[in-house]
This record gives sequence, structure tokens and C-alpha cells, in this order.
Amino acid sequence: MTTSSRWRALTQHHLFWPVAVLVLLLLVNVPFTPDFFSVRMSGGHLYGSLVSIVLFGSPLILVAVGMTLVIATGGIDLSVGAVVAITGALACSYISHQADQNALSGVLLAMGLGLLAAVVCGLWNGFLVARMGIQPIIATLIIMVAGRGVAQLISGGQIITVNSDPYKLIGGGYWLTLPFSIFVVAVVVAVTVALTRRTALGLLVESVGGNAEASRLVGIRSRRIKIMVYVFCALCAGIAGLMISSNTSAADGNNAGLWIELDAILAVVIGGTSLLGGRFSVGGTVVGALVIQTLTTTIYTIGVPTQTNLVFKAAVVIVVCLLQSPKFRARLFGARFGGKGSATPAAAPADTAAAADAAPKMEVS
Amino acid sequence: MSATTQSPTAPDSRAPSKARRLLGDQRLPVAATALLFLVMYGVGLSRYQYYGFAEPQVFLNLFIDNGYLLVAAVGATFVILSGGIDLSVGSMMGFTTMFTAWLVERQGVPLPLVIPMALGVGAFGGFLMGYVIQNFEIQPFIVTLAGLFLFRGLCLVISKESISISDASVSSMADAQVSLGVGFLSIGAIVALVVLAVAFYVLHYTRFGRRVYAIGGNEHSAMLMGLPQGGTKIAVYTVSGFCSALAGLLFTLYIQSGDPLHATGMELDAIAAVVIGGTLLTGGSGYVLGTLFGVLVLGLIKSIIQFEGTLSSWWTKIATGVLLCVFILVQRIMTARKRT
Repeated sequence: MTTSSRWRALTQHHLFWPVAVLVLLLLVNVPFTPDFFSVRMSGGHLYGSLVSIVLFGSPLILVAVGMTLVIATGGIDLSVGAVVAITGALACSYISHQADQNALSGVLLAMGLGLLAAVVCGLWNGFLVARMGIQPIIATLIIMVAGRGVAQLISGGQIITVNSDPYKLIGGGYWLTLPFSIFVVAVVVAVTVALTRRTALGLLVESVGGNAEASRLVGIRSRRIKIMVYVFCALCAGIAGLMISSNTSAADGNNAGLWIELDAILAVVIGGTSLLGGRFSVGGTVVGALVIQTLTTTIYTIGVPTQTNLVFKAAVVIVVCLLQSPKFRARLFGARFGGKGSATPAAAPADTAAAADAAPKMEVS
Repeated sequence: MSATTQSPTAPDSRAPSKARRLLGDQRLPVAATALLFLVMYGVGLSRYQYYGFAEPQVFLNLFIDNGYLLVAAVGATFVILSGGIDLSVGSMMGFTTMFTAWLVERQGVPLPLVIPMALGVGAFGGFLMGYVIQNFEIQPFIVTLAGLFLFRGLCLVISKESISISDASVSSMADAQVSLGVGFLSIGAIVALVVLAVAFYVLHYTRFGRRVYAIGGNEHSAMLMGLPQGGTKIAVYTVSGFCSALAGLLFTLYIQSGDPLHATGMELDAIAAVVIGGTLLTGGSGYVLGTLFGVLVLGLIKSIIQFEGTLSSWWTKIATGVLLCVFILVQRIMTARKRT
């Protein structure tokens, strides 16, 4: 009984399933690539599967961390992919017009411009959601649709290539033997965790996500917090946009960051943050993003045709969502441990509880 | 709210409350979209009259070129009216083009057999998603996102390259013109209009339609009233899956090939059409005829940009985004007015 209850406590920890899936995915690689976990030094840089998973996963981690806070307030941001494209297009087109593309001041200005555009997008999303009271999925749909058009407008419908060493550093360079983007991600994640877990900010965000109207009534400036999370999310997407365009030294208005919003939402969900808002886990999101990136890498290393990548991803989404569904768990584990009868009574109260939860939410939004 | 005490059929003599009632009318967004369509068409007429914009065929081409979008948007209307969302529309359409092209071209299955198979697969896919949404209480957004990945992946599993269709039965069907006197419509456009008519009947004149509105209005109330909300929800996603597959078939006819990247992002066009058509994304309010106008407005933007000649295609995206924004704000202001 004690082992079973300890097992229960472990499986109910919010990071259990994401980490379990990640470890499982990493282990799957070992029979196919025996030196999967080895990291070697070459030319002053660290190489290895683990390093490249973090490197290629960096933009996704950034976008997903921003998305986590938005989702924690009960919102969603579909515009991140478009923001990635706009930021990259703006920065690259500015650099490409410079006489000396390697000039540090020009590159910094280009990055500043790109990030400024991202912040404006975030302010716009936040304004629509918090001030106008529009459903987040719809409010952010506007930039999702129009944003790629704007990105193509900026780049003149072409893929802008740049040849700038300082700009190349952000997404493709190395620092202290590690890819530079890993440091960028580490700083963003550390700042986010510090702000949300060492100050009351995280609590406020969760409170707004739990019930925006109630938090406003107890004196939390819920609108300001909502605008803030959308700006933060867009800023993260902007940094990811710089990273992606820097890594390829090119800005593609049409394809940069394509589907990244979906991957980011997926990472957040895998990480155990509820899409209903009210609680979040930045750590879970990072693990979730790593799961997605590891999945992609695993598919390559196993030698499965790459086109089945999406089918695997779909399978992971379904499995993770089912495992997170209390009703599914009740049906699966209830049937195994508690006999046949326990599944139905366990499911019924959950049903009404969820419905009761949903009802007041509907009136507020 | 003094107007509420009067019987609804009595003619209202006081002007202010009449205006207020008009603003509160749920049909207003549809009327606004229809008006927008007419204004845009008028602008088109005045600007491009020497380029043949006034020809009836230009108007009929809107249906020919956007028939598939209309069918997909009608499916999305059902889902959105029920308070849900379906992100798998574009993938399902892409998958249908691949599935059809592969069966017809590579396997030599006759088209009359392939059509019901494709529709069956689409409906079953929708049913599965609805089943998971209903029975495991996972958000529609995330379940249909899994559907998006799954069907796009299955496209690529069938073939990485596009398959062009040279089958005679497909091309004869695609090239068939139904004469209307002043112009012609394609079979795809006729099918789309039939789908619209059926959806109109189902949503406004059947018990199922009323249930869709009821669970979109307030699912909890609908449940307490004893409506079979579970079955309705599953049925709504089945309808959407079916419509997506049908839209995919029309797209196959229109473009005469299957490609793993066909109809990418079409779910957003469909959602945009529904929103511009005046359906509330929170569910429970809207008209499928509004969706028709939404599709026509989106189609007209494309036509005008083609006629303009100097404008690049990305202006379509920007214009769609701006329109979406305007309509969402109008909807918001109207619902705010209704509540106070």
C-alpha cells in the first residue's frame, strides 16, 4: 500500500510525465546511436547529440516560455510565428542595407528594431485581449494572418540574406565552447523563473488566470498583467526570430517560424501547464520543448523516414493529453487498481466539477 | 430595456428603442458583411470597369475559385457555433487531395469509389476527434491540433512529392461547366452551394441545429436541460471532418493534383471567413449565410488584388488581417452593448 501511494505521489508530481517521456525518448536513441550521450570537444566547441538538441531547440524553448505565461493567464498567443518572421525580416533587411554589415552598432540597432517591432505586436495583442476583451485565440489570430504579409512586405517578398559575423553569433555562434544561443535561453529562462517564483509576479499571473474578474476586485491590476504577458511572449518570440534568422543568415517572411506557435503550445501542454490557465510551470515547458526537439532528433537517428515526423508528433500530443486527462486516468488506472465499478463513479463527479468550473469562466470572458 | 415589455411582433413606434433594437439584432453582423461585400464590389466595378470586372462571370468565378473554402468554412461554422474550434481543417483537406490522387493515379481505383472513401475517412477522423474531446474532456484546440499534425504527417507518408492527376474522369468533372445563361459555374461551385443550403436547413430548421446553438450558448445549461450534448458535440466534429474532406475533394478537382502541402493554413481562412461572417467565436450566435458572405469577401479581396495587378499577393494576408480585426472589434462593441 505504501509503495503504491508513494508511486502515486511521484506520478502526480507535475514534472513526472514530461520528464519520464523525455528520459524514455533519450533512452530510445541509445541502441541506435551507442555514443548518444557522449559529448566531445572539437575545435574549441562542444559537440554531441545532447548539445545539438538544446541548440536546435533554443528558439522553441524561448517561444514556449513566453507562451507559458500567456497560457497561465488563461490566454493563448497564435501570433508568435508571425512575430518571429517580422523580427527576422526587419533585423535582416536593416543589416542588409548597411554599408558595413559587420559593424556592431548597426547589428545592435537592427536587433533593437526587430525587438521593438515584436514589443509593438505584443502591445497590440495585449490591448485587444485586456482592454477590448476579445478572446485571445481570435485577437492573436489577426497578427497571425496579417503578420506574415507584413514580414513579406518588409522583405519585399524575398528571402533576405545577410553576411554579418556579429549577427551570426546569436543563433549560430559559440561562446565558452557552447552554442551562444544556449546562454541566451538560459538567461531568459533564469530571468523568467526569478521574476515569477522569487517575486509575487507569478502568483499574480496565476491569479489572473484563475479568475481575472475576481483578481481585479481584490486589487490586482489584471489588465496590466495581461498586457505584460503578451508583451513578454512577443519579446521572447522576437528573440527567437533573431536566433532563427541569425542561424541561417537569412530572413524568410513566409517560412520562418512556421508552425512554431503550435509546437510552443504543445511544449507548454506537455510541460503540464493547463490550457485553462491558473497555474504554470516554466520548468515543465522547457522539458516539454526538449521533448519535442528530442523527438525530432530521435526520428532522424532511428532512421525513420523524416516525413513521419508529424505523425509521431501527433501521437505524442495524443498520449500526453490523454495521460493528463483526469477522466482518462480514472478510466485506465481506476479499472486496473480499483476494479470495474470505480471508473464510472469517479468519472461522474469529475464531469460535473469540470462543467461547474467552465460555467463561471464563460460569464467572465 | 423598456422595449422588452412589448410583444415582439408589435411594430415599435419609438425611434430610439427601434435603433437600439436594430443594434442589438443578431443579424446585423451578417448585414454588415453583406454591405461590405457590395461596397467592395462597387469599388471594383468603378475601378476596373474597362477590364471586364462588370462581367457576370467575374462574380460567378468567386464561387468557382472559393467553393472549397466555402465548404470548409461551413464545417467550421458548425464547430464554432457549438463553442469549439477545429484546427485540422487544412490538414484534412491536404490529406484528402493526397489520398484521392494516390488512389486514382497510383492504385487505379475508379473515382466514384474514391469519393465515398475519402468522405468516410474525413467523417471518421472528425468523429474520433469529437470522441476524444467529449469523453476525455481535453480541449478541442489541442485535440484538433493533434489532428492537424496527424493528417499532415499522413499526407507525407503517402508521398513526399505531389501527385498530378491525369485521370479522364477527374479532368472531365473538373472541366465541366454548368451554364447559367449569363455565365457558368463549375461542379465544385454547385456542390458548395448545395452544402451551404443543406447546412442552412440543418442549423435553422432541425432539432440538431438547435442543439448546436444551445451547447454553444451555454453548455452547462444545455446539459441541465437534458440535451444530449455529448452526442451533439461528437456529431459537430464529424460534420466538420466530413466538410473538410469534401472541401479537399473540391480542391483536388480545382487543382487536379495531390500535394502534401496543399491547403496549408486553410483552417485559418475558414475561421476568418466564419468570423467575418458575423459568427461569435464564443459560440451560440451566428448564421451560416454570414459564412457565405465571409468567403465571398475574402474571395473578392483576392480578385481585386489580381485586377489591381501591381499589388503583391501578400497584401491579401494583410487585408484579411485588417478585415478580421475590424469585424472582431465590431462584434465586441455589439456584444458589449447587448450586455449593458
